[in-house]
Amino acid sequence: MESEVLAKNLVEPIEKAVTTLPEATLSALKAARDREEEGARVQFEAMLEAVEIGEKEGIPICQDTGTPTFYVRAGRDFPGMASLDDVQKGIRRAVQLATEEVPIRPNTVHPLTGKNKGDNTGKLIPWIDWSVVEGSELEVTYLPKGGGSTNMSQLTMMTPGRGLKGVKEIVLERIASMEGKPCPPTIVGVGIGGSASIAMNLAKKSLLRPVGESHQEPEIAELEEELKERANNLGVGPMGVGGKTTVLDVKIEYDYRHPASYPVAITPQCWANRRISFKITPEGEIEEVER
Amino acid sequence: MKTLKTPLDKEEVRQLRVNEPFKVTGKIFTARDAAHEKLLELEEEGEEPPFDLSAYPCFHCGPVMKKENGVWQVVSAGPTTSIRMEIFEAEFMGKFGTRIFIGKGGMGEETSEALQRHGGVYAQFTGGAGSLMAGSAEEVEEVHFLEELGVPEAIWVIKVREFGPLLVTMDSTGDSIHRDISEEVERNLKQELETL
Repeated sequence: MESEVLAKNLVEPIEKAVTTLPEATLSALKAARDREEEGARVQFEAMLEAVEIGEKEGIPICQDTGTPTFYVRAGRDFPGMASLDDVQKGIRRAVQLATEEVPIRPNTVHPLTGKNKGDNTGKLIPWIDWSVVEGSELEVTYLPKGGGSTNMSQLTMMTPGRGLKGVKEIVLERIASMEGKPCPPTIVGVGIGGSASIAMNLAKKSLLRPVGESHQEPEIAELEEELKERANNLGVGPMGVGGKTTVLDVKIEYDYRHPASYPVAITPQCWANRRISFKITPEGEIEEVER
Repeated sequence: MKTLKTPLDKEEVRQLRVNEPFKVTGKIFTARDAAHEKLLELEEEGEEPPFDLSAYPCFHCGPVMKKENGVWQVVSAGPTTSIRMEIFEAEFMGKFGTRIFIGKGGMGEETSEALQRHGGVYAQFTGGAGSLMAGSAEEVEEVHFLEELGVPEAIWVIKVREFGPLLVTMDSTGDSIHRDISEEVERNLKQELETL
């Protein structure tokens, strides 16, 4: 695989990801608009119009396309396994090309000096989350998640004695306290267990699941549903102007934890829940682009 | 929906009330954290701002811009989180006379007091709707401090037609939707936690 070939091929899916919304998110927004009135409805109408213009004109729906993050699931029998390094290089190069060509806003600045590198790359950015899975495919999801929602992330190392009730309290308190800042209605990613870093990673990864799709374990799905319903009773509303829709969904992922630790990580995703998933062939071509 | 024209009519701005949606036709300028800091710094050194900051709405925004055939164009320009500018805005209003601030997420008590003092409003443009704003942008008229601050932080003066919908969420009487919603959410949260 030639990393330069892959890079050129990746610009189009990156563009599609930032200029469109997945169907499940779009229909959830439409359903929410139909429930709302006055100021809240005005917000949904503006959102839906922005999506329409983005798609029609091929321009980013939101100017904030975040810190470029890619989730790569490499099938252990992927014929191009020997060139995974080229995938890494290709993604990095693709981000530089897309920054220029789409264009997307250069968002990577030095943490201390604030100097903007201008091409959306850093030391390890674009961040690539690798996992090795069954099968022979190489699947990638690109998640352009803005800074406003990411700034509302929170990690709590909860006292284990507070138990499940404590988890619910933490999630609801956070959704209430972040008000309009993460651009609601949000999709709230919750990571429970693991360690501090694992929990935050789980919270973000939970956002990869489409809006409306529950966790496959019934107990977790039930918890997601309860938190979603309660969150929508809070009355934050779209963009924090009040209303019935505060969240489009609550997503939970968990892993086993240390008996003395009970990490609860939260990261909300804004209503402009952009992403794209696709497969890369051993030759660096893109296949089966999904929203 | 009401459309405000620039240069702004002070009395018209003073009369805007919370929950009122409106649009803007004319000119707006973008200013985020670094631009606020820069303008206030220059003022302290006795320098004049690059244009009359009181005549146009200040938009909390770091846009995506593109230069085509030597001409700047707005690609996508939604609002950024306004509360970051809370440390500047009261002083900004006092020094430059700016009366409309557009952003998202609302601002705090210091800004609310300054809005009352100067007859200003804070309006929210729907976060994430950058493409919608771009659709109303007709021309990029000026850019200031681009070299020094970079594209998102520079001050862009943009000619717009029917930019909006903008929702007044803080007005010159001291009303604030953000304050009201905060209190309501606090009550609702209490109720949810009691029934867990």
